[in-house]
Amino acid sequence: MIELFTNNFVVFVLAMFIGFEVISKVPATLHTPLMSGSNAISGITIVGALVIAGLHQGVWSHVFGFVAVALAMVNVVGGYLVTDRMLKMFRRK
Amino acid sequence: MDATLSIAGSLLAEAASQPAAEAARGTAATLLINLAYLVAAACFIFGLKWLSSPRTARRGNLLSSVGMLIAVVVTLLDRQIVGYTTIIAGLIVGSVVGATLALRVQMTAMPQMVGMLNGFGGLASGSVALAEFLRVYYDAGHDPRLDTLVAIALSALIGMLTFTGSVTAFGKLQGWKIGGKPLSNPLLLPGHHAINILMLLIAVLLGVLITANYQNALWAVILLSALALVLGVMVVTPIGGADMPVVISLMNSYSGLAAMTTGFALDNYCLIITGALVGASGIILTKIMCNAMNRSLLNVVAGGFGQEITAAGDTSAEGKTVRQMDAEEAAMVLEASQKVFVIPGYGMAVAQAQHAVAEMASLLAAKGVEVRFGVHPVAGRMPGHMNVLLAEANVPYEQLADLELNGEMEQCDVALVIGANDVVNPDARRPGSQIAGMPIFDVDKARTVMVCKRSLNPGFAGIENPLFFNDNTVMLFGDAKKMITGIVAELKASK
Repeated sequence: MIELFTNNFVVFVLAMFIGFEVISKVPATLHTPLMSGSNAISGITIVGALVIAGLHQGVWSHVFGFVAVALAMVNVVGGYLVTDRMLKMFRRK
Repeated sequence: MDATLSIAGSLLAEAASQPAAEAARGTAATLLINLAYLVAAACFIFGLKWLSSPRTARRGNLLSSVGMLIAVVVTLLDRQIVGYTTIIAGLIVGSVVGATLALRVQMTAMPQMVGMLNGFGGLASGSVALAEFLRVYYDAGHDPRLDTLVAIALSALIGMLTFTGSVTAFGKLQGWKIGGKPLSNPLLLPGHHAINILMLLIAVLLGVLITANYQNALWAVILLSALALVLGVMVVTPIGGADMPVVISLMNSYSGLAAMTTGFALDNYCLIITGALVGASGIILTKIMCNAMNRSLLNVVAGGFGQEITAAGDTSAEGKTVRQMDAEEAAMVLEASQKVFVIPGYGMAVAQAQHAVAEMASLLAAKGVEVRFGVHPVAGRMPGHMNVLLAEANVPYEQLADLELNGEMEQCDVALVIGANDVVNPDARRPGSQIAGMPIFDVDKARTVMVCKRSLNPGFAGIENPLFFNDNTVMLFGDAKKMITGIVAELKASK
């Protein structure tokens, strides 16, 4: 049992290191697309939402599942599209 | 850097395929799903890595979205899923709403958009955590692990708090009013921080109750969620409009942490990795914003800073006089210059003046004037706000600089300040002033400073700006868009 938690924790700490390493290299000029892009990937919670919505175990799984899938999908679709819209505009001379 | 990435990546791969995790579920489908999640996580990481340059950034975003598609598709193979009607309904509604928002939002409203997405992400993660609680609650005879319950409680707390906190920030940015007063003003109740700390303590207590005896803790989970919703509002209301870049960054970080804790609750590596990445991103941005104001995070979160004072809006403050110019005179001075620095601020966004500003810059450049833009890290209402607006107006990003412009300020003929205030306030260099130590553009060292502003009202920090009364400062009073459009017309006329 404790192994699962330890695994989770190791993954978390390593991912945090990668996050700091990668994101500290993003220049200030791209900070807004960084935020909207990270909004999009935080929509990954859709992975949990899909399982809940697919359980069909009672009213609660339908309600929470629907709400969570819809909200996460707003983040995914909205986040990626708006980020692309912004990044398209950044150009050189 | 690449070495770090590959080492950490292989460690992650090892962790993700731990035999212990496999034994628990032990099917080929689970292995496939976990490996696909790893591919998705790698796409996110490289997507973020490619954001380090505007040339590769768009490709990075595309790669990241491919990772998301992979994660969604393999999740649909999960054998716990027995029906697809609710899933399809949610996917359709979410996609339509998301696409509509993304394609219609104006670039000036990007802080609101990001604020809202932070909130939705938090609520989605919180909802998944609540549903996971209900699943174990109704699933008798199969006790959840202790750390799963802790993660559920944390995820509900952070997720719900992020939701209402972001909605409050959205309201402040959108200019909502409560009882005639702008919501963007700091609002502190008597004993505000004591109440917040008390609520947080109760939340921790409820969390302990939930982990200790989950079978009788449905009420505690509901109460915890309700408390978190109230706490979100209470945490953000004291923070003034000018500090919104910090709040938006902080909420960004929370939405990641909510996803991460949900990942702990579901033993889902993909959620943990991704949540940690987003959490790290928000933390870094929060730190950059605080440094750019020379304030601690605690000071910002404590709030009360940034009373928007609606003082006398006339052109004489306490007998001091200011020099004024109209568009025609300003155009003549600008044309005769060799080096012009433009310092935009939130006022440029409010007036939607970015296109006029860009046109002015290219007209001046055509006349042989060197034009550069100085973008302060906290200019606007979110990190990078000004950069996006100038990119929208086709200003090449090479023309944008940050505080490094100060090194050339003495050779600058005209520093043109458009709708910025606190980031050019020389009081920041005077020890003891309210903004002492804040890094600023030293525009007062330029030969001439032009300040385009509607009136002499203090900025959002509520602090008077002595710059306006300097001998080398001229004020261009009026709406930024009208004033700059006027200058553009003069520049065209004098061709």
